[in-house]
Amino acid sequence: MIFTLAGKELRSLFASALAWIVLAVLQLILAWVFLMRLDGFFEVQPRLAHLANAPGATELVVAPLFSAAAVVLMMATPLLGMRLIAEERRNRTMTLLVSAPISMTQIVLGKFLGLVAFLAVPIGLVAAMALALMAGGTLDLGLLAANALGLALLLATFAAVGVFTSSLTRQPIIAAVLALGLLLASWLASLANPDPNHVMQLVSITRRFESFNAGMVDSADVAWHVLAICMFIGLTIRQLDRERLVGQPT
Amino acid sequence: MNKRASEGSAIGSSAQTTVHARRISRRFGAHLAVRETDLTLCRGEVLGLLGPNGAGKTTTLQMLTGNLAPSAGSISICGIDLVARPVAAKRHIGYLPEHPPLYRELTVDEFLRLAAKLHGVAHARLPAVVDSVKARCGLGDTGKRLLGALSKGYQQRVGIAQAILHDPDVVVLDEPTVGLDPIQMREIRGLIRALREDRSVILSTHILPEVEAVCDRVGIMHQGRVVFSDTIEALDELSRGLALHVALRNPPAQDALAAVPGVTRVEALGAHQFLLGRDATADPTEEIVQRSVAQAWGLYEIGPARSRLEEVFVQLTRDEPAA
Repeated sequence: MIFTLAGKELRSLFASALAWIVLAVLQLILAWVFLMRLDGFFEVQPRLAHLANAPGATELVVAPLFSAAAVVLMMATPLLGMRLIAEERRNRTMTLLVSAPISMTQIVLGKFLGLVAFLAVPIGLVAAMALALMAGGTLDLGLLAANALGLALLLATFAAVGVFTSSLTRQPIIAAVLALGLLLASWLASLANPDPNHVMQLVSITRRFESFNAGMVDSADVAWHVLAICMFIGLTIRQLDRERLVGQPT
Repeated sequence: MNKRASEGSAIGSSAQTTVHARRISRRFGAHLAVRETDLTLCRGEVLGLLGPNGAGKTTTLQMLTGNLAPSAGSISICGIDLVARPVAAKRHIGYLPEHPPLYRELTVDEFLRLAAKLHGVAHARLPAVVDSVKARCGLGDTGKRLLGALSKGYQQRVGIAQAILHDPDVVVLDEPTVGLDPIQMREIRGLIRALREDRSVILSTHILPEVEAVCDRVGIMHQGRVVFSDTIEALDELSRGLALHVALRNPPAQDALAAVPGVTRVEALGAHQFLLGRDATADPTEEIVQRSVAQAWGLYEIGPARSRLEEVFVQLTRDEPAA
């Protein structure tokens, strides 16, 4: 049942012009970053040849590319997730789901997984750009895999935030602004307090990508993402259940 | 007046009772939209819910379908408590809300398949279920069209189709014929009559003749309460005690009509036609005939008012019932 709902969300996303435009713009920006990084790599390559244990293309091109993708998708995910629940409310289609013999948990998980499945597309595109380097050299596939896993977890957390803010309103654009605000605030929390032991680092979502970006899969970071996702999904379910008791938000 | 309804609650636990709501209330802030309403429905019955705008009809239907939780009271569907076991209870319900819940970006076929899957129709049966419901709702050749591109009447049909495709025991329709032309209305009424066979149907409507055409029982809501709940036959009897339709060639002043013992009010329907409210105990018919002869009023027609339901409806919703 969850997958039926996820499939429906995926289909609705692909039926909207917004999703295609977001994908196209993302790809344009990331391709630009990729080519700039590649140019820079070619410039320093002759000097790197003299170094022992020099960083390769994966460190100098692929890791910065994933880092850029993380920031750009932080802006894009709220736009992709804003409609999930808010628009169902505005179009009064939520009734179809609420009247069906499925639980609120299934509805929310279905919507979340639908968005995550869609976000697999930009991850795939970024990974494909990186893999294209294999045509002319070698890649550190372990580093690439760590980056892909980290980006996937990061985007899943962004998606959970998007689902939650979408459940707070019936205006998709308000949901997008709320999600963007939350994500930027969490990013700034770590930028403003560079000390890695600072308490604000705990709420920073992007910081939980840094060790993946450097090639390390830290189980504490994985657990942090899983917990954050569970929390936002739980809050969304609670919000929708509450709605049956007190009525819909305006 | 409420004889049938109270019998219903006495056999509340029997297998034939499909919907049983006990003293349900719903509060929105300080506003009490539905107050202590009882509702019982048996298999094979069609209940028409009538009432002026804001009477609480839609809120009641939203509670019966699990879209809103009641502030107080309990609801059971086919013996399953809707609040305690919502998923199990909702298996037995099909619901067409006031605004059909349609995804504009899907085609009719895609949407009906989705609705069937959500209601747990087995994968192998999907094509057969979708085809049969399309045939029943007159959606034969619209399968490939986008819902957003359909006319209001067709959208309404798709809304009805999603409410009945999983063969629910209880079908709840909130104003099912809104936006349909008269021919489509007749088709939908025929469909509702066919649905009745082994199910219960609740429909809310503004259209009084619709209730007379398809319903077995009528519930009239006013200010959040069910002020009348009985069979169409009982309604007949009741309305006989409420209004007379009189036509006179040389009508006297309205005061003279009002002076006839047993007449409670006079309403002119034209130069020669009158609607007389009458006392439930004293029938003024004979007296009117005698005075007409004596004073040459030229009586040429007398009988119970034509739209019996309208009369009861106006009577009950005009002011707060004494009860």
